[in-house]
Amino acid sequence: MAIPLIYNVRSVRARWTSTIVAVLGIAGTVGVFVAMLSLAHGFKATLVASGSSDNALVMRAGSPTEMMGGVTLDSVKVIKDAPGIARDANGPLVTQEVVGVVPVPLISTGTDANVQVRGVSPNVLDIRKFTKIVQGRMFSPGVTELIVGRNATHTYSGLTLNNVVDFAGGHWTVVGIFDAGGSAFDSEVWCDSHVLNEVLKRPATIFQSVTVHLQSPNSFQTLKDSLTSDPRLNVDVIREVDYYAKQSRTMTTLITVLGGLVAAIMAIGAVFGALNTMYSAVSERGREIATMRAVGFAGSAVVFSFLIEALLIAFIGGALGCVAVLPLNGLTTSTMNFQTFSNLAFAFKITPQLLAQGVLFALVMGVVGGLLPAIRAAAMPVATALRSL
Amino acid sequence: MKFSRLIFANLFRKKVRLILTIGSFAVALFLFAFLAVVKDAFGRGADVAGADRLVIINRTSIINPIPLSYRDKILRIPGVKAVTHNNWFGGIYQDEKNFFPQFVIDPEYQRQVVPELTVSDDQWNAFLKDRQGAIVGARTAERFHWKIGDRVPIKSVITGSTDAWEFNIDGIYHGKRPQDDETQFWFQWDYFEEKVPERFKGNVGWYVLKLNSPDDAVRVAKTVDDQFANSPYETRTQTESAFAASWVKQFGNISFLILAIGTVVFFTLLLVTGNTMAISVRERTSELAVFKAIGYSDRAILFFVLAESLVIALIGGLLGLLLAIVAVPALAKALNGLLPALILAPSILALGLAVAVAVGLISGLLPGIMAMRMRVVNALRRV
Repeated sequence: MAIPLIYNVRSVRARWTSTIVAVLGIAGTVGVFVAMLSLAHGFKATLVASGSSDNALVMRAGSPTEMMGGVTLDSVKVIKDAPGIARDANGPLVTQEVVGVVPVPLISTGTDANVQVRGVSPNVLDIRKFTKIVQGRMFSPGVTELIVGRNATHTYSGLTLNNVVDFAGGHWTVVGIFDAGGSAFDSEVWCDSHVLNEVLKRPATIFQSVTVHLQSPNSFQTLKDSLTSDPRLNVDVIREVDYYAKQSRTMTTLITVLGGLVAAIMAIGAVFGALNTMYSAVSERGREIATMRAVGFAGSAVVFSFLIEALLIAFIGGALGCVAVLPLNGLTTSTMNFQTFSNLAFAFKITPQLLAQGVLFALVMGVVGGLLPAIRAAAMPVATALRSL
Repeated sequence: MKFSRLIFANLFRKKVRLILTIGSFAVALFLFAFLAVVKDAFGRGADVAGADRLVIINRTSIINPIPLSYRDKILRIPGVKAVTHNNWFGGIYQDEKNFFPQFVIDPEYQRQVVPELTVSDDQWNAFLKDRQGAIVGARTAERFHWKIGDRVPIKSVITGSTDAWEFNIDGIYHGKRPQDDETQFWFQWDYFEEKVPERFKGNVGWYVLKLNSPDDAVRVAKTVDDQFANSPYETRTQTESAFAASWVKQFGNISFLILAIGTVVFFTLLLVTGNTMAISVRERTSELAVFKAIGYSDRAILFFVLAESLVIALIGGLLGLLLAIVAVPALAKALNGLLPALILAPSILALGLAVAVAVGLISGLLPGIMAMRMRVVNALRRV
């Protein structure tokens, strides 16, 4: 017969000081664990959100990033005629782009950080459909006008609506703020690609990448086959989502490895704490346990009961840790994207799945910390324990 | 220390608990050292930077070039001892994940500008004679098992094709200080200039110049920038440390995050130890009451409890730091390429030990005071 659960609940309450300590130990560990994972998750989500599955990126063959790419105007014309590309009244949905990084002071520290500036075609909003102008208007082609991402306008000084900024060696007017749905583009500044080439003193006929909107996600292969087999071109075609997922890999690995190490070390500490609490619980309750054994509860029931108690503590700790880090959700931070040398804002992203992992982690700590003390409790000789004070 | 035997006897009363408490201390201190090491690694740039070096970049954007023709003009500015120029190559060795920085260098003054990165004269002379020669940092050489004489292909899309550039490893450089960056790959400007397309020729990425004295930094920086103002390639000149600091700041709130984690850990640790001490004092209430009854002063009781927690803290702390001394080099090796070099500085160890002692004292204080204040009669009456 099992020992009633209420016994565990009551004893946890009776020894509330040690319980609180064990709970906090586990809560701290789970909190750090979930926070690190959500950071990695948020970074990845930001970059992955930047790509659409019905967009494809065309770059010079072998280029690891846009920064290194180079596509000539002649190639752009060939690409525009390729099959599989969606069209509207104004022609094919293709944006040929130029990217640069420009130092702009951060509002937070006053020191320069690199903002990524992207020269795009005027029809870019029809290609990156999740991007919307939320304030002001789209830039006019051929003039030095900027539109600024939602995060960039809050991160860098001077990039506010209607402001005139000295930027990349030109005088620009900020005419609009755009929202790119939490993607990496939110940290960017956009303008006309021809104007940007001119201002950056780059050749007018060379772009760094071409992004096309596909008729449907399935027409990717048609486009890829057509472009890579064309003798006039020397390009790689990659789905936009894959390109951005790849960009996130270094940083995500770094955060996950570091976070994993820290959480693992902390878990050992927390298990020690739980073991300590459970061992003291067992030794303080020697007579109780012996009494239970004497009135007929089996050794296995005692083990089970103590394990339940450890799990109860672990569960409360895990839940508390999760609740404690919940306010981090959506909090924006920024770091350097190693692939582009530019600053990228991203938010902690806590998902139900991460929380479940956190609680599971807590329960594992509970089992590891509770099993040995539980066995010791069951193995205590009844007669001696009853006799002792 | 006439009470030392008593204190030790008390310590070993519950061996499992002793081991666990020492264990949690060791774990916490190990984590403390690890986090401090990582924080150092991210903030590295600023403290390896020389105070007598200036970095000149294109004012518009760090990825825009500066003409090679500026070199002689810079050398003529009074106070400038030597100048070298670099280009970022951005090539790939076998796979994208094998990242390490490759710089095109101007061999003439490179060694004068960065004297802390040393190459033997034999190796340097071999490099000078070899157009496809390369000098590589010790960490990168170790990572890919390169030896002198190896031929290394590095892919770059800079020429418009994906053919690999071939390099001969002629030398391996070492940093004089442990924190120096030993991951770079240097090769000759002449080789680069010869192979790049027309529109890249005559363009360098940035200049690094060495001053006769750090006091000249502001004046020389202004002279350089004024000289090239209103040209198509305006410059921005900063001390190397200012340049590195702005780079480090872009990593974002890494140090804040690490500090936050450290605080959580510290707090947790304090609780665990404090609780253990409280339990062991509570268990011994009647014993301590007997001590007081036979004439030990309140202060002596406080001393017993404090000494016990201090001993636990010291043993645990030393154990954790010892573990860190062993494990950090191993971790550094395992994470080579993912993180900047991990170095366990003596200051981290000293700070760690201080933290351990402080936690030991604080966690012993509360139960100690409780024991000191308890009334003998009540305590003796309790069974």
